[in-house]
Amino acid sequence: MALATRAGSRSIPALIWRSTIGKKTVMAVSGLIMLLYLITHMLGNLKVFFGPDEMNAYAQWLRTIGEPFLKHEWFIWIARVGLLAAVVAHGVAAYQLSRLDLAARPVKYAHTRRRTSYATRTMRWGGVILGLFIVWHILDLTTGTVNPHGVHGEAYENVVATFSTWYGNVIYIVALVALGLHIRHGLWSAVQTLGLGSRTRDRALRATATTVALVLTAGFVSVPVAVMTGIVS
Amino acid sequence: MTTMNLTLRIWRQAGPDAEGRLTTYQVSGISPDMSFLEMLDTLNEELILADEEPVAFDHDCREGICGACGMVINGAAHGPERTTTCQLHMRHFSDGDTIDIEPWRAAAFPVVKDLVVDRSAFDRIIGSGGYITAPTGSAPEAHATAVPKPDADTAFEHAECIGCGACVAACPNGSAMLFTSAKVVHLNVLPQGAPERESRVLDMVGTMDAEGFGGCTNTGECATACPKGIPLTSITAMNREYLRAVRKR
Ligand code: HEM
Ligand code: SF4
Ligand code: FES
Repeated sequence: MALATRAGSRSIPALIWRSTIGKKTVMAVSGLIMLLYLITHMLGNLKVFFGPDEMNAYAQWLRTIGEPFLKHEWFIWIARVGLLAAVVAHGVAAYQLSRLDLAARPVKYAHTRRRTSYATRTMRWGGVILGLFIVWHILDLTTGTVNPHGVHGEAYENVVATFSTWYGNVIYIVALVALGLHIRHGLWSAVQTLGLGSRTRDRALRATATTVALVLTAGFVSVPVAVMTGIVS
Repeated sequence: MTTMNLTLRIWRQAGPDAEGRLTTYQVSGISPDMSFLEMLDTLNEELILADEEPVAFDHDCREGICGACGMVINGAAHGPERTTTCQLHMRHFSDGDTIDIEPWRAAAFPVVKDLVVDRSAFDRIIGSGGYITAPTGSAPEAHATAVPKPDADTAFEHAECIGCGACVAACPNGSAMLFTSAKVVHLNVLPQGAPERESRVLDMVGTMDAEGFGGCTNTGECATACPKGIPLTSITAMNREYLRAVRKR
């Protein structure tokens, strides 16, 4: 005999989107999708060290992935739509969960104490910084709107132009440090949310999250540093 | 024996809808061997003699096993040691200290009076799935249902939760994930809990959310505050059970 339960009347989408655990799962999955993208993006950026021809050819090749099965630029547009969906799902879930969390603790303690790590405490504002950065970054290196060079097909020259300005370096480096912190807590947290962590694996997981965050940030930051120091010009 | 003189700043609130505020008291002659609650008893005796309203706080066993006591001491649920407030001894404080004492703070735990909060939301979470359906009567034969040793250990570890609410009080999101996961894991690893394995986690999490507790951001504050050492990975295990139950629908 099936038991009559409250959950019995709820659909799967409701169990996912209307529960705190389900919504956190959406954040974990969308975050991991973005992280996978960022790892390939960081590795692709290192092409800048091999000169304009190789970098620009790589950027062109990105637009030909899947041909002739896909038409020109289809792959990149599919990836953009997927990434946009991930960013929106991540942001909306984060906003809604944060509202719930703040409402669940309306009165603060008079005696305050800091215990959690900096990375854990800065997830909300760090996430907002990353969201703003994504907009700036697309206007800078995808559309070229705010880029001092801003020529389509000349990814290398655009990158050099960005990091030849002081504000370009400041914006990117601040965002990349925020990214590293976000991933340090976020990657470990996503694994917990998906139920994949365990006591025996915990130390290895924390170390992995820290390593991925460090390598990703260092790899991205190497580009502005190389332009600033004249290694790439 | 050396005794201590202390300054206490205690949250006083006459009733659920009354304004509350921190009020300062002096206590003297506190022995380091007293428990924190005995120290408050000393204060209350003085307040009663002075014809003032004593400070209301919850307590029952005073042995660290019932879960009735609990207050936030200097910003930490149950104070500086990993134990219940009734088992916290004054030797962890020094002469001349100022101690801030506040009630558990969470939307789902409204203040009843002073340091007493209404934790009946926990009862409703338990009521929605924290049980097994089994014939009652005489005790079953102990070997009738074999339980693997590691599972029995996990169940025992999680059954230790006394429902004090320190996890909620310590969580910056006022989340009840650790409390709920302790019961879900306790029953879901056992064969006796298997028939309601899916509905238990779905219903208990549903009630937890409906009661106005916040979500988990894996800060780990709950497990640090828990006097019974319920591990943070208990929450991970409940997430796993929840997603498993959703997939099985
Ligand atoms: C030094 C750091 C970075 C550099 C030099 C860089 C460079 C670039 C370049 C050149 C493109 C355009 C690729 C093309 O035209 O095919 C791009 C696209 C993109 N980048 Fe970055 N990037 C950096 C960091 C980041 C970070 C930290 C994020 C995430 C928060 C990010 C997210 C994106 C996204 C989402 C796109 C795709 C936009 C689109 O083409 O639809 N990037 N990046
Ligand atoms: S999980 Fe720990 S802190 Fe939370 S109610 Fe149970 S015993 Fe108290
Ligand atoms: S009074 Fe029972 S646990 Fe403290």
